[in-house]
Amino acid sequence: MTGRALRRHITSRVMTVLVIALSFTAVLALVLILGNLVLKGASSIDWAFFTKSPVPAGQSGGGVANAIVGTGIIVGVAALIGVPLGVGAGIYLAEYGSGRLGFLVRFVADVLNGTPSIVIGIVGWTFIVKPSGHFSALAGSVALAILMIPMLARTTEEMVRLVPHSLREAALALGYPRWRTSLKIVARTALGGIVTGCLVGIARIAGETAPLLFTALGNLNFSVHVTQPMQALSLQIYVYATGPFEDWHRLAWASALVLMGLVLIISLLARWVTRQRYGSIR
Amino acid sequence: MSSASPLPRSPTLLGADRSDRIYRSLLTAIAFALPGLIVIILGVLFIEALPALKRFGPSFLWTSTWDPVAEVYGAAPMIFGTFASSLLALLIAVPLALSVAIFLTEFSPRWLRQPVAFLVELLAAIPSVVYGTWGIFVLIPFLRAHVVPPLKAVFGWTPFLQGVFYGNSLLAGGIILAIMIVPYIAAVSREVLLAVPTSQREAALAMGATRWEAVRSAVLPYGRAGLIGAVILGLGRALGETMAVTMLIGNRHDIALSLLQPAYTMAAAIANEFSEATTGMYQSALMEVGLILFVLTVAVNAVARILIWRVARGAAVGSKAL
Repeated sequence: MTGRALRRHITSRVMTVLVIALSFTAVLALVLILGNLVLKGASSIDWAFFTKSPVPAGQSGGGVANAIVGTGIIVGVAALIGVPLGVGAGIYLAEYGSGRLGFLVRFVADVLNGTPSIVIGIVGWTFIVKPSGHFSALAGSVALAILMIPMLARTTEEMVRLVPHSLREAALALGYPRWRTSLKIVARTALGGIVTGCLVGIARIAGETAPLLFTALGNLNFSVHVTQPMQALSLQIYVYATGPFEDWHRLAWASALVLMGLVLIISLLARWVTRQRYGSIR
Repeated sequence: MSSASPLPRSPTLLGADRSDRIYRSLLTAIAFALPGLIVIILGVLFIEALPALKRFGPSFLWTSTWDPVAEVYGAAPMIFGTFASSLLALLIAVPLALSVAIFLTEFSPRWLRQPVAFLVELLAAIPSVVYGTWGIFVLIPFLRAHVVPPLKAVFGWTPFLQGVFYGNSLLAGGIILAIMIVPYIAAVSREVLLAVPTSQREAALAMGATRWEAVRSAVLPYGRAGLIGAVILGLGRALGETMAVTMLIGNRHDIALSLLQPAYTMAAAIANEFSEATTGMYQSALMEVGLILFVLTVAVNAVARILIWRVARGAAVGSKAL
């Protein structure tokens, strides 16, 4: 081997090793974060953690039952608003979105996907908190729904596009009207994928904090009224982690572990739905 | 011929025609909620920011007094902090994310691809506030004990490492941002690299290129526009990221070159101060910060999307991670 060829081979080797090393550094970050979460969080989780509301600052004990229920309600209402709109927009993009208007909607959806969630929180505040004069869980749900719509639109579109054209043509040839073909044949065939998209979207908004800061606000007590301030796990973690008490820090870790677990379970469920539906194709 | 006498249009068919139209208009209306939304957000922010816009004019962008008592506001420190933390994050994240993408598409054995891609995707699933918590209790103590002392020993004479490191700082904020944007950049870059035709690699290898040379001279240039798009997309994420940064950057209205000093970002300012902004002008100033942030991220995202679409036309690239 000449010197030049040798040098080229060494460069290739060095770069390969470098690429692998950097890749594993990125994965290492994940392992470290999850590892810390489990180590520091698991020791603080007991039964009271899930069943009790927080105790006054400085006292030990108490739980985050109100926050767990609050996250469930806020995210649930957000999904009720966001899923029909997001999925509808996605079906539009797949069925009628080939023209210039479709291009515009697609582009805007992609751009909105990267919008800072705190700005969406401001919008929720302006439309609901400001006119009504008090903070409310509903404002938080609206903000989260807005976050969800563009994401759902794009994933739904992709899933509906996977449905083979022959299915659609078969239904139309049998005299099915277009709207029934679209809903009963195309959307139903893509249902697994659409559900997956919805679950991924829900997993993402479940962890959001910024849009809830001045909409749902947080609440030390147990509340299920959507027009009143409500606690959410993410808000609780923020307060506990930045607070001064050792006991709060412990609860912050535990709440973070629960929130992460929740997000993970929904994400894994999403994967499972896809696998059920498409088997080994995907 | 049957074409001479067209089928009589039965009432059911006519009915179907009408319901088709209704179905289509309904979907169209829903879809147009999206462009409508962007206009509404922009309108809301603009109207609410109007008092501050009128009072301070363009000097809002480059003055740095932020005094709610005297009602004088200037956003320069936040704008500086937003860009400084995002650039620091890109500096760290881009090599990591591109490596992940290159590894997954070019070097990885087949059996390892799925698990590594899944783990990196998982990084994107971690909520921002969890990153912040980890940053406060793990990252900052680690930086204080193992990273800052050696850095100061070697580069302590530069303006970037002046002052005492208390923890919450531009450095901590930038590092947490970097970890957070790696999955986004990696996911999009990976899809861009997957869109590069195999023939490009084969051609380079057939010319006698080593594996790395094939990547560097054939694969990367082919996907260049998309890769730049991926990086800009990561930048857009970093500019608007709120919670983790708020928890780590120190939240001080001050422009300091040193990475060890606390700083502020636009998103963090809104998160911290919005609910305590009692006067109209204070609120309006924060709305203007929101307006600047929104316009900035929309512009950055639009550029990124155009670049990515040039490579992977119209595909919802990286949508799984986003």
